[in-house]
Amino acid sequence: MKRFTQWLRRGNIFIWFSGTMLSLCLLMIVGLVGFIAVKGLGVFWPHALIQAQGPEGAVLGEITSFEAPLGTEPAKVQFRVGNRDIYGQDFKWFQASEIHGRQEPKDALLIERLENGTFIGRIQDISQDGQPIAKAEAAVEEVKRRLPATNKLQAQIRGIEKGAVGELNRKLEDCRQAMESAGSAEARTVLEQQQNSLQSRYNQLQAELDQLRTTAKTFTVTLLTVDGQTKEIPLSGIVRIVPANELSWFGKVRLYFSRLWEFVADDPRESNTEGGIFPAIFGTVMMVLIMSVMVVPLSVVTALFLREYAKDGLLVRATRVAVNNLAGVPSIVFGVFGLGFFVYSVGGTIDQLFYSSKLPTPTYGTGGILWASLTLALLTVPVVVVATEEALAAVPRNQREASLALGATKWQTIWNVVLPGAAPGILTGLILAMSRGAGEVAPLMLTGVVKLAPSMPLDGSFPFLHLDRKFMHLGFHIYDVGFQSPNSEAAKPMVFMTALLLLLVVVLLNLFALRLRRKLRARLGGSTF
Amino acid sequence: MEIEDPRILPEPLAYAEPPASPPSAPSARLAELPLTDASVLTSPAMLTVEGLNLFYGSKQALFDVDLKVAKNTVMSFIGPSGCGKSTLLRCLNRMNDLIDGVRIEGKVSIGDSNIYEPGVDVISLRKRTGMVFQKSNPFPKSIYENVAYGLRIQGVRDRGILDEAVETSLQSAGLWDEVKDRLKESALGMSGGQQQRLCIARALAVDPEVLLMDEPCSALDPIATSRIEELIFELKKKFTIVIVTHNMQQAARVSDFTAFFWLGKLIESGLTEKMFTNPRERTTEDYITGRFG
Repeated sequence: MKRFTQWLRRGNIFIWFSGTMLSLCLLMIVGLVGFIAVKGLGVFWPHALIQAQGPEGAVLGEITSFEAPLGTEPAKVQFRVGNRDIYGQDFKWFQASEIHGRQEPKDALLIERLENGTFIGRIQDISQDGQPIAKAEAAVEEVKRRLPATNKLQAQIRGIEKGAVGELNRKLEDCRQAMESAGSAEARTVLEQQQNSLQSRYNQLQAELDQLRTTAKTFTVTLLTVDGQTKEIPLSGIVRIVPANELSWFGKVRLYFSRLWEFVADDPRESNTEGGIFPAIFGTVMMVLIMSVMVVPLSVVTALFLREYAKDGLLVRATRVAVNNLAGVPSIVFGVFGLGFFVYSVGGTIDQLFYSSKLPTPTYGTGGILWASLTLALLTVPVVVVATEEALAAVPRNQREASLALGATKWQTIWNVVLPGAAPGILTGLILAMSRGAGEVAPLMLTGVVKLAPSMPLDGSFPFLHLDRKFMHLGFHIYDVGFQSPNSEAAKPMVFMTALLLLLVVVLLNLFALRLRRKLRARLGGSTF
Repeated sequence: MEIEDPRILPEPLAYAEPPASPPSAPSARLAELPLTDASVLTSPAMLTVEGLNLFYGSKQALFDVDLKVAKNTVMSFIGPSGCGKSTLLRCLNRMNDLIDGVRIEGKVSIGDSNIYEPGVDVISLRKRTGMVFQKSNPFPKSIYENVAYGLRIQGVRDRGILDEAVETSLQSAGLWDEVKDRLKESALGMSGGQQQRLCIARALAVDPEVLLMDEPCSALDPIATSRIEELIFELKKKFTIVIVTHNMQQAARVSDFTAFFWLGKLIESGLTEKMFTNPRERTTEDYITGRFG
C-alpha cells in the first residue's frame, strides 16, 4: 500500500497516461493520412480484366468490390464494366453464384476515351476515311502506332482553342465595347479597321482549326464489347490503350505514373470525373497566396496597435475579445458577408465606376478569386493577430530599451527591432492561417469557386493576373466530384486522391513557411520567440 | 536554542571583518593610474540633479536627491538592491518615461539645460546620453549594423561616415582588433564580454556627452570585467560617466566620486577615496564594511 502511494506520488501513472494519449493522437494522424493515401494512390494502379459468364451473357471488366453473404443476402460481386454509352452505367452487381468460368483474356483492352468514360472490350478494326485498313490484332498494333501523333494533334487543337482563340475573342469583345463608347467618327473608323483585322485573323484561325479537326477525324476505330455490340469512335477520341492483362510489372508502374502525372498536370474532362485537376491545385495555391498577402499586413497592423500603442482600457479589451471571437464565427457566415459586402457592394461599385461598358455582365460584381481570398483573409485574421501579439510581447524588453536609449523613436524601434524579432512568431500565425484557409470550402462557394473554370486566374494574356476570374479549388472539387457528379460511383476513388493532393498542397505551403521561419530564427541567433 | 525572552533579540552582528582588503589590481595599467587627481575637483558640473522626487504610482522611490557630476569624471552609484540607484540613473536619460505611472518632480540638467522642462525633445536628449545595460543586449544583427544602428536611425546613409563611425567606436571600446575581420557576422556569436563592449561601442557611435552604465559587469567574469574597467578609464577622457554597481571594489577601482543610496535617499556623496576610507555617515560605513546590503 505504501509503495503504491509512493508510486502514485511520483506521478508515473500520469506520465504513462499522457504518453498513451500522445501515441493515440499520433496513431490517429498516421491512420488518417495513411487511409487517404492508400485509398487515393490505389486509384491509378491497373487491375486485371476478368471475363466471365454472367446471367445475361458474357461480362468483361475489373472486379471492384465483393460483399460477403449477409443473412439471406447472397454474396455479391461488383464489376466495373465501363462502356457507359452502351450499358448506361459503369458498374454492375452480380450474385457470386451467377458468375462462372472466370478467366483473364490476353487480348482484352481497357481504352480511356475523351468522351463517355472508359471502354472495356476489344478493337474490331481501324478505318481511314471509312475504308478499313486493319482488323483485330493488326488493328490494335495500328492504333498503338498512330495514337501518339493523333494525341499530339488533339493537344494542338486544344492549345489553339484555349490560347489564341480565347485571346482573340477577348480582344474582339474589348473592341466592340470601345466602339460602343467611341465618340468621334475617326475613332470609330480606326476601331472598325482593328475589328476587321481581328475578325479576319479569327476566321483564319477557325479555318486552321477546322482543317486540324478534319485531319483528326481521318481515322476511326470500331470497338467491340464482350457481348458483341460495336461502337465507332474517332481515333482522336482515344486517350490511352491499356492491354491490362498483358502488362508486365514494369509496364504497370509506367502506366501508374503516367496516369498520376495526367491527374496532377492536366485539365479535367467529363464534368471533372476524368482527366486531371491541375486548375484546382493551381486555384487553391493561388488563393492561399493571395490570402496570405492580404492577411499579414492587416493582422500585423492590428496587433501592433493593440499591443504597442493602445492604452490598455475597456475599449482595447473589448476589441481583443471581439477579434478573438471572430475565430469562432462559422465560416459560412463569413461567406455570406463576403458575398454581400465584397461581391455585391464593393464589386458592384467597382463595376459601375470602371467597367460600366461591360454591364450588365459583371466583372468584379460577381464571385472571383480576389473576393474569395479577401473573405478567407478576414476569416483568418484572428489567428494571425493572436500569434503576432504573442510574438510582439516576447521580444525582449532590453532590446527595445537599447534602441530607445540610442535615441530611436518608438516607431523606429518597432520597425527596426520589434518587428524583425517578432517575424518568426508572425510566420507561425501565417502557417496556422494558411492551413485553415486552404481547407475552407463553404465561404468559397459563395464568393467565387466554380465547378469548372474556363481559364485560370494567372495566364499569358495581359494583365496576367486576373483577380476577377472565378477559380477551381481542391476542397470544392472533392465535394463536387464525389457527390454532385452524375457518375459519382466512378468518381469516388478520385475523392481520396484529391483529398490527398489537398493535404499535400497544405503541407508544401507550410513547409515553405517553416523554412522561411527557420531562416529568420537563425538570423535572430536561435532565440525562441 | 530557544530564546527565553522574545523581547531580547540576538545582538547585532559585531564588527566582524576589517574593511575589505585593498582590491587586487586587475592589471598593472589600472594600478598605475591615479584614481583622483586635483583637476576633477575644479571641472565644471556636467550633470546636476536638484530636489528630485520620483513616484511609482503612489509609492515614492526617490526622495529629494541633490547631486552633481563633474565633467570627465566617473561617478558610481552604490547601495543595496532597491535603493533607487538604477531608478536615478534612468532618470538621467528619461528612460523612466516608458514606465506607466511614473511621476517625477525636481530638476535634472545636462550642461545647462533642464531635461524635464516641458517641450524637451526626449529623442535628442537620449542621443546625448549613451546607456549600457546590466545584461548585454546587442540586436540580432551583424556587428557592423549594431554599431551603426544609432546613426542609421538618425538618417545617416553615407557609407563612408558609417564605416568611419563604426571603426572609431569599436576602437574606443577596445573591440576593433578582435572583430575587424568579422564585422558582417552576427553579434550574437560573440562572448559575453565582447557583447558588452559592443554595446558600449554602440552607445559611443552616436557621440554622446554622458555615458550611463547600469551594472555593466554584473554578468561578466573577472577578466572581462577588468577589460571594461580599463575601458572606463580610457573613456572618461572624453565622456562623463555614471556607473551603477553592486560591487564596491569596482566602485573603488573605477570611480572618482561615489554616491551612496539607501531606501531612496542619497545618504552621502563625495570623493571615492574619502568615502571608502572615512565616510561621513554611519550608514555608509556599515554598508561599505559589509554590515548589511
